Amino acid sequence: MLSFYVALSAALFVLDMRFHALEFLRQGVSVIADPLQYAAQTPLRLAEEGHAYLRALEEAEEEIERLKAGQLAIAPEFNRLRQLQAENAELRALLALNQRESVSGQAANVLRSARDPFARRVYVDKGMQDGIVAGQPVIDDKGVVGQITRVFPFSAELTLLTDKNLAVPVQIQRTGQRSVAFGLGDGQMELRYMPTSADIVVGDLLHTSGLDEVYPSGFQVAKVTLVTRDIANSFASIIAEPLASVETRSAVIILNVHKTLQHPAEEETPGPPSRSRRKR
Amino acid sequence: MQTPSHDSKRILRPARPWFIALSLFIALLLGMSPTRQWPFMPDWVMLTLCFWNVREGRTMRMKSAFFLGIIMDVADGAALGQHALAYVLASYTASSISRRMLWLPLAQQMLLMLPIFLVFTALQIFIRLMAGENFPGWESFISPFVTALLWPPVSLLLLLPQYQPEERDENRPIL
Repeated sequence: MLSFYVALSAALFVLDMRFHALEFLRQGVSVIADPLQYAAQTPLRLAEEGHAYLRALEEAEEEIERLKAGQLAIAPEFNRLRQLQAENAELRALLALNQRESVSGQAANVLRSARDPFARRVYVDKGMQDGIVAGQPVIDDKGVVGQITRVFPFSAELTLLTDKNLAVPVQIQRTGQRSVAFGLGDGQMELRYMPTSADIVVGDLLHTSGLDEVYPSGFQVAKVTLVTRDIANSFASIIAEPLASVETRSAVIILNVHKTLQHPAEEETPGPPSRSRRKR
Repeated sequence: MQTPSHDSKRILRPARPWFIALSLFIALLLGMSPTRQWPFMPDWVMLTLCFWNVREGRTMRMKSAFFLGIIMDVADGAALGQHALAYVLASYTASSISRRMLWLPLAQQMLLMLPIFLVFTALQIFIRLMAGENFPGWESFISPFVTALLWPPVSLLLLLPQYQPEERDENRPIL
């Protein structure tokens, strides 16, 4: 009996880790496990919500004032943005460039974080029922948060930018240089394979380059916090901190980019610079 | 209260199956509570499984350890089989040392259980490392010690419904 269950566990482990063949089993068990987990977290959530409600009442009024002021402050810029967008579309048409894909999304709430101290993953309250598919990028009001990695009937697993297994193709805003940012697992990200001579300084902003056709281009990702150039290594060690409140947020937007996900091989946006050069 | 011995005036009845199921269910709920921030939280499911395997080794089936493990794997987003393997092996070890253990007072039982909890927590961490995760830090080894410390109180709590006085008084329904 013992050897049977040990062998079964080991087989499951290999199938899951090496071949990712057990998603259906995981989805099935999650139908049982999700409500249980929801129930288990209810006491703490109620306590937190009660506390938060009392504080929120006081803070809400302040916040409304602040937001009103903020809205007024960005109004001029916003008005001009409309005009710039139109102008940009016109210019792009003149240059015969692809239009930037417009993005829409659906809001989701973070249900809970994975109980596991190893993982930078959280669960959100949208799943198969809402048409979520694995691979959709997730943002919040400040920038990219991460990516949907597993979908269950009523929830989905969101792997955060800072997870060790996540990488995002980015572009340095100041110089336009492209790179890839890897999660470090401790709330930070790293730009690997950048030559020591690369033009990058502390404070540079990184935004998505759109090259992977998963993340649409132009979303803020991170800010460079540390650049170490050691002659002994051929690459500079560059640490960046995510701009989005990656580890603490509670509401996120899951972007719909089904179109680009379903036809990845077609001639979609292979990077504006190369295109324009060819046309000129 | 003390562990049952030949001079005790109480009879220890066999545990009712629904009570075993209920305690495992509560352990599962406790295990799923949002305790990610605290590495010192005990592994409730392993503790309860080991307890019932020591006490009622003949009636416990390894199946329950396996399925509880799978549910914990899914709840944790861990590799399937990680908890299942650890729980199955821990249950087996616990039931195989149960005859030697039950003679001993609770404090010594606790010391005997500690290596079991330690080894199988280490096994889970090892499986995670094989799956390519980061090492979670030494503080995750606090958890098995806390689990072992909880052995005496949990034993007393789970034995409580099985105690019955030698002479039953029909006019006094509760024990």
